[in-house]
Order: sequence, then C-alpha cells, then structure tokens
Amino acid sequence: MVTPLLQVTNLRKRFGAFTAVDDISFAMKPGEILGLLGPNGAGKTTTIHMLLGLITPTSGTIRMFGLDLNEHRETILSQVNFSSTYISMPQSLTVEENLWVVARLYGLAEVARRVDLVLEQLEIADLRHKVMRHLSSGQLTRVTLAKALLTEPKILFLDEPTASLDPDIAQKIRVLLKEVRRSSGVSILYTSHNMREMEEMSDRIIFLQRGRIVAEGTAREIVARFGQADLEEVFLKLARESRHET
Amino acid sequence: MKLHRIFALLTRHLYLYRRSLPRILEIFYWPFLDLVIWGFITLYLARAGDHLPGMVMFFLGALILWDMLFRSHQGITISFLEELWARNLMNLFASPLKPGEFLVATMLMSLFKVTCVAGVMTLCAAAFYSYNLLQVGLWLIPFIVNLVLMGWAIGVFTTSLIMRFGQEAEVLAWSMVFLFQPISCVFYPMDVLPPWLHHLAMINPAAHIFEGLRSVVNTGTAPVERLAWAFGLNGLLTVAVITWFYQTFAYCKEWGLLVRVGE
Repeated sequence: MVTPLLQVTNLRKRFGAFTAVDDISFAMKPGEILGLLGPNGAGKTTTIHMLLGLITPTSGTIRMFGLDLNEHRETILSQVNFSSTYISMPQSLTVEENLWVVARLYGLAEVARRVDLVLEQLEIADLRHKVMRHLSSGQLTRVTLAKALLTEPKILFLDEPTASLDPDIAQKIRVLLKEVRRSSGVSILYTSHNMREMEEMSDRIIFLQRGRIVAEGTAREIVARFGQADLEEVFLKLARESRHET
Repeated sequence: MKLHRIFALLTRHLYLYRRSLPRILEIFYWPFLDLVIWGFITLYLARAGDHLPGMVMFFLGALILWDMLFRSHQGITISFLEELWARNLMNLFASPLKPGEFLVATMLMSLFKVTCVAGVMTLCAAAFYSYNLLQVGLWLIPFIVNLVLMGWAIGVFTTSLIMRFGQEAEVLAWSMVFLFQPISCVFYPMDVLPPWLHHLAMINPAAHIFEGLRSVVNTGTAPVERLAWAFGLNGLLTVAVITWFYQTFAYCKEWGLLVRVGE
C-alpha cells in the first residue's frame, strides 16, 4: 500500500456558529491529481487555506510527507506551493523580480536556471522584464502558476488555476500540469468550476457540499452513483440541493 | 452639472463613515492633536519668557529625532501595507516564512528608511540653518536607538491592528505614532504637562529621550537616569507588543482574517 503524501483526518472548521468544513477525511497519493469540487461556499477554499496553514482548523489533523502540519509547518510548506485566481503578487515589481523574491523565500539554489526554465515552461519568457501591473489577467494567472512551479513542490494546491485564461492558454496549462506531474511526480489538489476540465485533469474527485464530503471517486464513478448524464449534471443537482437546504 | 450625481458621490463617501470608526475618529484626531501640542508649546514659551537657552537649536534637533521615531514606525506599518495592497500576504504566509522573520524584515526596512531620513535631515539642517545635530555628541546614539525601538514597538502594535481589522484600520499606519506625541514632550519639557498627563509621559520612553536631549543641550548634564528609564520601558514595551503581535496573528488564523485582510 502506498503511503499517502497528504492525509487529512476528521478536519473541521467552525467560524462561530457557522461550520465551513465539517469532519472531512481524505488522502492523496504521490503523483495523484485530486479534484475538489463543490458549489460556492462548500468549503473548498477553506480546506485549501487550512492545508496551507493560513487558517487554524477547529479540530482534526493534517499530515503531509508523514509530518503533522501543526508541528512541522516550515518543513512542510517548503515542499508545497499554490496558485489561485484570488491572489496577486506585488504589482510594482517585474515578473522576474517577483520570482527571485519567491526563490529567496524558499531558499532555492540555482535560481537563475529555475526562473529561466519556469518562464519557458509557461511561455512567458517575453514578460520577464514587464512590471506586473501591465499584465493582462491571463498573463497574471500564468505568473502566479510560475511562482507555484518555481519551487518544484511535491504537492501543488491549485484553486481555479485556469479561471481567467482563454481556452487555448487554458488547454496549454492543463497539458503543462500533466507534463509536470509526469516528469516530477508532483501531487496536485485541484479546484475548478469547469467540469470538463475536472474530468480531464483529475484521477479522483471529492465532492464537497456544505462542508461535507458527499461523494468520492473517479468522475465516471460519481456520475454513475448519482444517475446523471455527466459531471456537470451532478454538480447542478448538488448545488441546487445545497441552496434548498440553506 | 447634475445634483443627483454629486449627491451620489457624497453618499458614496458618507457610507464609508457610517460603518468606520477609524474614519470618524480621524476627523477629530488631527485638530485635537494640533491643539494639544501647540497649546503646550505656547504654555512653555509663556512660562519661560526670555530664559530659553538655545531654544531654536533645540527645536531643530528635536524635530529631526522625532522624525526618526516617526519613520521607524512607518517603516514597519508601510511594509505591511505594501503586502496588503499587493494582496501578497497569502503568498508570504503560505510559504515557510515565520511571523518573526516577517517582523525582522520590516524592522530592517524601517532601519534603512530611518538612516536615509536622518542623513537627509541632518544635511539639510546644516545647509539651511547651520545646525549641527552631531553637537549632541555620543549621547545621540542611545537616543536614536531608543527612538527607533519605540517606533518599532508602535509599528508592530499598529500592524497587528491592521491585520486584525483590515484596511479599515490602515489610517493608523500614519496616525498612531502622533497619539504619543503630546506625551513625548518633543518641543516642551515634561513639567509643562498637567499632573495626570505627566504620569502618562513618565511611562513613555520617548519622553525620557527628549528630556535627556534637553538636559544635554541646555546644561550639558549626562542623561543617564533618563536613558535607563527609556531602555527599561522600551524593553517592556517590545516584549508586550511582540506578544500582542503573535496573539493577534493566531487570532487572525483562527478566524480566517489573514486571507481576507486585503478586503
């Protein structure tokens, strides 16, 4: 049996009377792409924030690489990275300057080589000397992805990484992520509202609804279990149920 | 010109005040401080009459030193605000960076700003008014060290408040330090203050520094006791605000404020 790279056990987060994440447990294997799916407010982003140590769980444990996040924050966070449409980077710095800052934060060696490589990988080498505030939203997304890949993480958290990209670039990013997974064996926890993308990318999907896991398996297994035509239909069914209950 | 559009903009700004205590307070804050500080300066001048040795020279020195305190405070708060405005806090705190490392970096940035400001102001004072700050002698070193330490303490405290209350509280980055100015006795001696404020000034490290500066400039007396007070109080203040910072940081992580602080 393969030891999970990420092991979440009975994770719960309450903000006062509101329960954002309710007793969820899951694991992620090395090299796996795990999709986290659910309507707005299902607890996906809160879960990712807890995994990144930005929010303290109310209860439960998070273990990565066999270590407890609470006790080994520095060791764990130096081996993970993330990208999200909801974050930004200093706007007055150039792309290259930003990447150098990240490299120093993570104590990377051979920074120049890694920066060159990641800029080439994401096809943004021409943006190297551009100030961030002059980039389009699609270019910004690629730079935040570059930031995430620069540190060669073992686990990558991607919160809607292709949300603001045109279909062509989004497709290139998906191909790139699969290639990175193949070559480096990185494990990816992925959220998206694009169901086709989720089906294409994920080895396994976890469906969250009102903070709870309501389904887990491959896209095909989940579609079959809910008796719907495709993943989008499952999503719509669960999202509407969720709204009715609230 | 349409009144309804002007009214729309007016309401847009008034809406901000409806739910923002810091903005409301700021309306009264600066006039109040101006009145207090200039009131005490007037009192001091009226009492002293013609017996003000080297007063103008002292004012220039005090102004430069006060600015060092102000810049050391601002060096911390503005560095934090830069991250907040850039929505970069998540990138930082989801990395291996420790809160303590973040604080040390902002303190070093503050030191850089203080050095630049001190250099420029000292040169300008020499060029425009033939005033030489270095005439204070070696006492200048512990004076500056204490003022920088106090600026850091106020800066860390302010940063914690901004982290806790978000951009609503960013006005504190500029204004918080001035809350200490009336009881820092920058331009007038401590004994001008009414007794209740005098007690407050006694627990303010900066007040001891400016009293010390006055004693060096006016009488050439070694301000050893004042420096002992300043170092002692700064030590306590530093421990208190760093504890406060860590507690606020934990609170923000508990309530998810760290990821929403830019809003």
